[in-house]
Amino acid sequence: MARITMREAISQALWEEMERDPAVFILGEEVGVWGGTYAVTKGFYDHFGPERVKDTPIAENAILGAAIGAALVGLRPIAELMTINFAFSAMDYVVNQAPKLRYMFGGQFKVPLVIRAVGGGGRQLGATHSQTPDAVFAHFPGLKVVSPGTPEDAKGLLKTAIRSDDPVLFLEHATMYQVRGEVPEGEYLIPIGQSKVQRPGRDVTIVTYAKGLELSLKAADELAKEGIEAEIVDLRTLRPLDMGPVLESFKKTNRAVIVEEGWRSYGVGAEVAARIYEEAFDYADAPILRVAQKEVPLPYNRTLEQAALPQVPDITAAVKEALK
Amino acid sequence: MAETINMPKLGFDMAEGTLVRWLKKEGETVAKGDVLAEIETDKATVEVESSASGVVRKLLVDEGAVVPVNTPIAIVGAADEVISVSSEQLSVSSEPSSVVSRPSPVAGEQTAPMPAGDAQSSIVNPQSSIVKASPLAKRVARERGLDLSRIQGTGPGGRIVRRDIEKVISEQLLVSSAPSVVSGQPSVAARPPSVEGETVALTKLRQAIARRMSEAKSSVPHFYVTHEYKMDALLALRAQINGYLPEEEKVSVNDFIIRAVALTLREFPNLNASFAGDKVVRHGAVNVGVAVAVEGGLLTVVCKDADVKSLRQIAAEVKRMAAGARQGKVRPEDIEGSTFSISNLGMFDVENFAAIINPPEAAILAVGSARQVPVVEEGQVRAGWRMKATISVDHRVSDGAEAAQFMQALAKYLEEPVRLLV
Amino acid sequence: MNKDKLLQMYYEMVLIRRVEERGAELYQAGKIGGFMHLYIGQEAVSTGLIAAREPRDRVITAYRDHGVAINCGISANEVMAELLGKVTGTSKGKGGSMHMASVEKNMWGGHAIVGGHLPIAAGLALGDQYQGNDNVTICMFGDGATNIGYFHEALNVSMLWNLRVLWVCENNQYGMGTAVERASAVSEIRQKAEGYGMKNGRVDGMDVLAVYEAAKESMDYVRRESKPYLLEAVTYRFRGHSMGDPERYRTQDEVKKWQDNDPIGIFRAALLKKKNISAAELDEIEARAEADTQKAVEFAEASPEPGMEELFRDVYVED
Repeated sequence: MARITMREAISQALWEEMERDPAVFILGEEVGVWGGTYAVTKGFYDHFGPERVKDTPIAENAILGAAIGAALVGLRPIAELMTINFAFSAMDYVVNQAPKLRYMFGGQFKVPLVIRAVGGGGRQLGATHSQTPDAVFAHFPGLKVVSPGTPEDAKGLLKTAIRSDDPVLFLEHATMYQVRGEVPEGEYLIPIGQSKVQRPGRDVTIVTYAKGLELSLKAADELAKEGIEAEIVDLRTLRPLDMGPVLESFKKTNRAVIVEEGWRSYGVGAEVAARIYEEAFDYADAPILRVAQKEVPLPYNRTLEQAALPQVPDITAAVKEALK
Repeated sequence: MAETINMPKLGFDMAEGTLVRWLKKEGETVAKGDVLAEIETDKATVEVESSASGVVRKLLVDEGAVVPVNTPIAIVGAADEVISVSSEQLSVSSEPSSVVSRPSPVAGEQTAPMPAGDAQSSIVNPQSSIVKASPLAKRVARERGLDLSRIQGTGPGGRIVRRDIEKVISEQLLVSSAPSVVSGQPSVAARPPSVEGETVALTKLRQAIARRMSEAKSSVPHFYVTHEYKMDALLALRAQINGYLPEEEKVSVNDFIIRAVALTLREFPNLNASFAGDKVVRHGAVNVGVAVAVEGGLLTVVCKDADVKSLRQIAAEVKRMAAGARQGKVRPEDIEGSTFSISNLGMFDVENFAAIINPPEAAILAVGSARQVPVVEEGQVRAGWRMKATISVDHRVSDGAEAAQFMQALAKYLEEPVRLLV
Repeated sequence: MNKDKLLQMYYEMVLIRRVEERGAELYQAGKIGGFMHLYIGQEAVSTGLIAAREPRDRVITAYRDHGVAINCGISANEVMAELLGKVTGTSKGKGGSMHMASVEKNMWGGHAIVGGHLPIAAGLALGDQYQGNDNVTICMFGDGATNIGYFHEALNVSMLWNLRVLWVCENNQYGMGTAVERASAVSEIRQKAEGYGMKNGRVDGMDVLAVYEAAKESMDYVRRESKPYLLEAVTYRFRGHSMGDPERYRTQDEVKKWQDNDPIGIFRAALLKKKNISAAELDEIEARAEADTQKAVEFAEASPEPGMEELFRDVYVED
């Protein structure tokens, strides 16, 4: 196993799947000649050529519509949205077309499509370019929503997503491309829809994913110094949501904190908390707490932006509150 | 005066029991102590004796019903007495078990409506209708038959949380381990709350084992210390003693170990103890549990006050209880109240193993086989009998050094077994 | 065109008309739910267009899709059963009037988001190009869909990427109740292709033979040149936009004037001018269409509702 970055892990998954299956191709803004806005597809254009690494105009409807059409006739397109914020320009395809075509036409169609999109705040890009609207997309049946928090999971889940016959929205976090971790080389698949305990503990359950995982692991280290052992369950997939490990952990610790980067209202935390209450009410020893983004459009100013985003001390404070 | 017979609490963590079979019919005469019914608990099938003499006037529960502890199951009274059965009692017998085991307004919790405009006082006054407690605390209290209105909450806003319930349970435990209680009333005994199994495919016993062992292994930080004992003297002494005894009274190696452990525990009260949240409860009595393999699982029979009993007493008692356990019929007091356990796999030619602690005990001793092995003494290799044993200890209660000293002290009795006879 | 083909086209046009007339009755009887948009008056467009395709050429259209479905070879039974929401419908009763499709018949759906299927059509053509196929994707849409962004993004990439798409705008004069002149900066829709350097043409959408010829020619161009083409068919819907349309936006005189130009009447007159086709033959075809419609209604009425197992089926391929 090699220790590589999240960027390399994603790039590796794309490269391997394109080598494996000629039906796989990439399209999106600046994916080709430029090498990807976040350099994920650097070198792809030269190796695979312009047909398989297809540069598009800045036209999200054309990108996603064309990707869906190509998927319908048997290809496995990977459509890249430069950022998840641009999905709103083509929301129809993400939530209204790709997830519905199979069901609405009585099971005749398959839409083996992956939409890769970068999201997340913390880069001083202002309100329209900094969002983490994952919960919005996870609302829609028919779409699978994946968001890894480690390079290993990124590789295993992306490869599975590309092979999936269903549309998958694959959400990457812009500030995590440099995160390093052990990643198996070559063939490595992780099933979509499986949560995972990323750190065992006995006192409290932290449920999180993606950037929240990075923050929660740091928070858990802090808490351990004070004798508090937090168990971290990484959702990895937001839809379909696997509550098994969450409930198992909660039944052990009886207390939970949910950490997400998106806004608290109607968010991932709201969903997870409701499900815990529905399925493990009798195990709750304290109210379930949420750590999330403040309810404001993200400001440009660095201090204000950091104040709006969830931070490690927010998590440690919430854990201590939950343990009262 | 008619007397109500309730579903007895027949085990430390028994919340409910299945009424397997009625042995008396309505109208039959019954004397105090007669067996009224058979009840299946998590552990075993147990006979329930009538606590009154008279005529069985009313059986309130159908065979096969799952009934919570302390729920009325029968009424015994005079033949001509007028018996009034409350709707509460009747509702229990007719409801399916899943309903019975849930909290319902009928089933006894105080649910008088709050006086209008009096919400503030209802939180402050512990006697009021609304008790602030976490769902977990409510469930455990329900299972243990604890009255929440009498428990002081220490959570935010006075909410009763798990630690408050555990505190009450550990206080009960303190009472239950006093000698007088051990000899009589099993229902008082209490253990820390256990996570309730939800699978039905397992037998009750298997469920109980699965639940308790998972709980123990995941919540109790175990550590292990292994020691090898010279067994030559003990084996010789045993052969000698058994030469004087009839077949049915012969003494086993394990009986020696029980007594040796009991005597050693008197010197190490901290290992004859229970972890109870914010304190350690050191038990007054030394009650040694002995794991007995039964069909589909194992039971721990308890040799009470083993430190004051003779080897022959211990042998006779354990033999009787183990036989009962294997037949699936144990008396509640035979499986109740142990403070330290022994698991012996010596008969299976086991060199050594480690056991899971039986909560809320602080330690368990896993005993291997006595084997003849080459030993070096004074530079010479010769054959000798050796036996390994491993103690598993709750690290919240004790540490390695103390456990090692215990194992060393145990050697004093096992290697000089005459000490066990005095 | 040989006689059999001409008579088949006539049969399809009459069948569409009869199926929709019965559909309107069933809708008013409460047996069909949701929206239903009738194609009556526009039958010549899809009939002429689809008669000109090869089976490997793909068809994708908007929500006014009953006629297109029948022209593509989806049976009247399946269309009627879909309208009634039955499991025997072409989309198992889960799509309804606006969502009829058949992969087998290369009919990629009626799509109900105005303009939404145009980029998807580009994608179908992109898929064919990627796989080295020379089949044409025929994408039909109304005049109303040419004012939304999807249209422009789709036309742009089709030209940019040399995709084999025949864009067919059915200009029926109204986007719901808003006349073309009130919604589009140019009322001749084909002009919009000019901005993308795309070849284009305009045809009388009431004349099925004219549509056929224009379609044939433009499809040949698309296939041969590997370039898209925009064909505007000028037509008129005789009924309201959907069931329950108050039709306050047009006069009875205007409707009457177009109805005098009924595409079925025009085609019948043209056929009767041919020496080898008799009125009796056409009457026989009309009677057959009538009988087939009756059978379709009986089939649909007798068909079972989808079972509850259909509720969760096909949300995902992998469950």
